[in-house]
Amino acid sequence: PHRTRRPAPPGAASAMNCRAEVLEVSVEGRQVEEAILAVLHTVLLHRSTGKFHYKKEGTYSIGTVGTQDVDCDFIDFAYVRVSSEELDRALRKAVGEFKDALRNSGSDGMGQISLEFYQKKKSRWPFSDECIPWELWTIKVNVVNLANEQERQICREKVGEKLCEKIINIVEVMNRHEYLPKMPTQSEVDNVFDTSLKDVQPYLYKISYQITDSLGTSVTTTMRRLIKDTLAL
Amino acid sequence: AMDSDLSSQDRKDLDKFIKFFALKTVQVIVQARLGEKICTRSSSSPTGSDWFNLAIKDIPEVTHEAKKALAGQLPAVGHSMCVEISLKTSEGDSMELEIWCLEMNEKCDKEIKVSYTVYNRLSLLLKSLLAITRVTPAYRLSRKQGHEYVILYRIYFGEVQLSGLGEGFQTVRVGTVGTPVGTITLSCAYRINLAFMSTRQFERTPPILGIIIDHFVDRPYPSSSPMHPCNYRAGEDNGAVYPSVEDSQEACTTSFSTSPPSQCVFTVTKAHFQTPSPVVTDTLKVPVMGLAFSHQLSSSRLSCQPATLAVGSADMGYPVLFAGGLNAAHPHQLMGPGKDGGVPPMTSQPAHGTQADQERMCTPLDGVHYSAATPSSSEDTETISNSSEGKCGSPHDFLEAIFIRKVGAFVNKPINQVTMANLDIPFAMFAPKNVELEDPNPMVNPPDSPETESPLQGSLHSECSSDSSAGNTHDDFVMIDFKPAFSKDDILPMDLGTFYREFQNPPQLSSLSIDIGAQSMAEDLDSLPEKLAVHEKNVREFDAFVETLQ
Repeated sequence: PHRTRRPAPPGAASAMNCRAEVLEVSVEGRQVEEAILAVLHTVLLHRSTGKFHYKKEGTYSIGTVGTQDVDCDFIDFAYVRVSSEELDRALRKAVGEFKDALRNSGSDGMGQISLEFYQKKKSRWPFSDECIPWELWTIKVNVVNLANEQERQICREKVGEKLCEKIINIVEVMNRHEYLPKMPTQSEVDNVFDTSLKDVQPYLYKISYQITDSLGTSVTTTMRRLIKDTLAL
Repeated sequence: AMDSDLSSQDRKDLDKFIKFFALKTVQVIVQARLGEKICTRSSSSPTGSDWFNLAIKDIPEVTHEAKKALAGQLPAVGHSMCVEISLKTSEGDSMELEIWCLEMNEKCDKEIKVSYTVYNRLSLLLKSLLAITRVTPAYRLSRKQGHEYVILYRIYFGEVQLSGLGEGFQTVRVGTVGTPVGTITLSCAYRINLAFMSTRQFERTPPILGIIIDHFVDRPYPSSSPMHPCNYRAGEDNGAVYPSVEDSQEACTTSFSTSPPSQCVFTVTKAHFQTPSPVVTDTLKVPVMGLAFSHQLSSSRLSCQPATLAVGSADMGYPVLFAGGLNAAHPHQLMGPGKDGGVPPMTSQPAHGTQADQERMCTPLDGVHYSAATPSSSEDTETISNSSEGKCGSPHDFLEAIFIRKVGAFVNKPINQVTMANLDIPFAMFAPKNVELEDPNPMVNPPDSPETESPLQGSLHSECSSDSSAGNTHDDFVMIDFKPAFSKDDILPMDLGTFYREFQNPPQLSSLSIDIGAQSMAEDLDSLPEKLAVHEKNVREFDAFVETLQ
């Protein structure tokens, strides 16, 4: 039977009802972006709907989500993403920042990037709105350096195979049909979905990342909001 | 007793969802094995005909095959719908690669809301299918098809048969959706024992027969494997192929309600399709879009018929070809309003038109001229040119004409049974010479191209067919169309596609013929010792060069 989990009441540990998945990839420097984008796009494919159009009597209709194939240049791999240039740009921006941070940190090339889906819970003044995560995807990235062309060729194939496994894992999680936010009324839709895009409507999400230094401790935590921010007050 | 809890409306809705889910599943799988990248547009306005809120094109032949296999039934316990993907080499060897199974088991979920939760989960499952179809080994094989092998599909309904996959095949589960009448499961069993053919082997081999395959896309068609019953019967095609266009385009206007959870308003409206004209014009776009990439070109080789090729909007990302060459007025009907200089690209519309699109489609374009706008002499063209000038005319005729054209591409009939005088098929050498096949399963064997079209044509064909060993074994697949990417139809009547087809089979170079070849070989052998001596002298330079490469 379909189980509905309510979001945690304010004050409770927000991680309580948040589903968390971790994926690890070992890639060469130039494969970092493509590998992460493949994972993020696959998750967002499953976590985006068409635009909602509310009509009278509380009914709504849903727009159409298009999809397209993406071929990777540095990995023997292809994936499907939602046809939305805005969404693609937003993800590329975040991944680009992560990649730069990895490169500039002087670390061993280890870090992680997270995609978090959350719901907003409006609070009364003077409290600011809460963001309650309900699903968290973390991709742990380990950058390797390769010595010669032959190793690179093998890496292309191996990483491609690994990504196939990741896609299967992601789909498995999606298929569990676990908690999803209730479909919102018109007044609530911005608390559940990102309605800023013109062609698709992903659940509210944010992307953040951390770079790990060689001691294994987290050196930088950067939070980036890629959607319209919640009001501060 | 099991169904007593389900209202009859819910039951009807559920059956409809399952039926269209099955059809969309087949589309996704087959399209993922065509060997090309798929791209569809998102649309913020619901168009009412995108099932499961996903833009998945419907290739009419595929829908037709799926419906035939299902024969009005739905997946049920013990009756699964299977899509078998196999590979066939140019030598005629074939091998099953994958079996995709849509099954139903007995585990029911009575509590679940049909028109809301089930529908959304089916949508999610289709997305998972899109993702998973790219990660099995057959995907990469299918992207490289065309040179030495092609990928075929076959749909059957009944018991799943996995024995053709070899030992140690693996299974991946795409997902499940519980419903009040059972749980739908979608999975793929795929061969891993590809010992005698690796993708790398095909990568290194140059194309056979010297045909440029850059944009060649093979249309997979059902194989006639004798091991598996396939209930396709030859000779059933008629002029009105795929008559159930309306059926396949049933609107699925879904409305969801957020007020009291028990109230789920779900309407499946056929309002668009109640009158004949709107039906036709509304759906006109879709079948054309769906079939456009496999559309036959109507031009004859020498007379350079106009407007034979138009490439769909780059926005679509999907190389789509419209054969609008029936009459100067009519290509316009297939395309959106254009700009100067050539065939306007398709406007960025989703595959399923809205009311506004209908109107736009019916208005001939201004300012776009085609020279040599002589209609071809086929009967159907006459019909069209008579039926309208400057307006839609009889959309029904037009649609019929389109379908008749389409029949030519896929029907297993000799050309004289189809009212297309100027059928012109690229790669016709690979089509079986005798159109009546023994196999009852020739979905896509076009008639031979008319060899009397031009003397050049005739001689080229005979030369090539004698040289090609592979040509005659391609009984089960057909190279349907040649779509040169970025080939715009300019003011010139001859476009890239036509040009290419004209000159695709040049006569053999004399230097490649045996006698001369043997002579030069002898000369080469004689000169070898000299050449070796020269290279020996320069060995240090060569070594230095090699060093720089490492």
